[in-house]
Amino acid sequence: MQFTNIDAFLSMGGHGLYVWLSYGVGLLVFIIAFMSPVLKKKRIIKELSQLQRRQSKHKMKDNTEGIN
Amino acid sequence: MKWTFFHKLGSPKWFFDISGKFLPWFVVLGISLLVIGSIWGLAFAPKDYQQGDSFRIIYLHVPSAILAQSCYMMMAVSAIVSLVWKMKLADVFIASAAPLGALFTFLALFTGAVWGKPTWGTWWVWDARLTAMLVLLFLYFGVISLQSAIEDTQIASKATSILVLVGIVNIPIIKYSVDWWNTLHQPATFKLTEKPAMVPEMWIPLLVMVVGIYCFFTALVILRMRNDILIRERKTKWVKALLHF
Repeated sequence: MQFTNIDAFLSMGGHGLYVWLSYGVGLLVFIIAFMSPVLKKKRIIKELSQLQRRQSKHKMKDNTEGIN
Repeated sequence: MKWTFFHKLGSPKWFFDISGKFLPWFVVLGISLLVIGSIWGLAFAPKDYQQGDSFRIIYLHVPSAILAQSCYMMMAVSAIVSLVWKMKLADVFIASAAPLGALFTFLALFTGAVWGKPTWGTWWVWDARLTAMLVLLFLYFGVISLQSAIEDTQIASKATSILVLVGIVNIPIIKYSVDWWNTLHQPATFKLTEKPAMVPEMWIPLLVMVVGIYCFFTALVILRMRNDILIRERKTKWVKALLHF
């Protein structure tokens, strides 16, 4: 451990603003990069299954019309 | 016979299945290495005798800059594969990697600017290394917009691949800019041919961060490629079967 207490760790020898700004933005970038495809997958699956359900309904309708 | 793996690799379904198995490992490995490397670099690595504690930004800056460039190299390899063999997965890779490349280039530029302020006394200079890196960011933007601007997928894939290959001239310029021109940017921290100029207590956490960022990038690319494959292959039987579960 290079720092004796938490205040020294946060101040980074007077460069705290620069160090923590870098790491803060870095964390934000990583979170956005990870969450956006995860959330997108949920959306894609929802939309595609809806589409599929609608299409299979149409097909059933067509079939019953064919019988009549 | 020898080429079967190559054809398999080109099959979106095969890629979707196999990448799903590897994905959790890359997520866990990437996140743990990044957390370990950051804590190590921030709290345990010794401070630089000239720059003090602001040098700790290196643990974020260098890995993102390395990744920003190698992401472009991987896209260039995919561009060749796409042009020569018309492999769909290569296009999927380019589409998935370009936004990530842009993101990591941005992070390298941002952390560089924030590091430059206490070290050089300025956020930005129009210096060779910095300018070449900004050009890389715009190349990524160009690839992203070109790909979505052309509706015909075959023409879009060809045009994008050619743009990626033309833009590759920028990569050696970034790499050698610190040697060719007088610049504010310090020369490379690591060279493959020489012993590192840092003590191991400083460069080991940096290595952890570099490996971590590669694993994390792999996880992100897999996530994005799988999404892209689901959309592109939505009319195939295997995607429809997948949705029933």
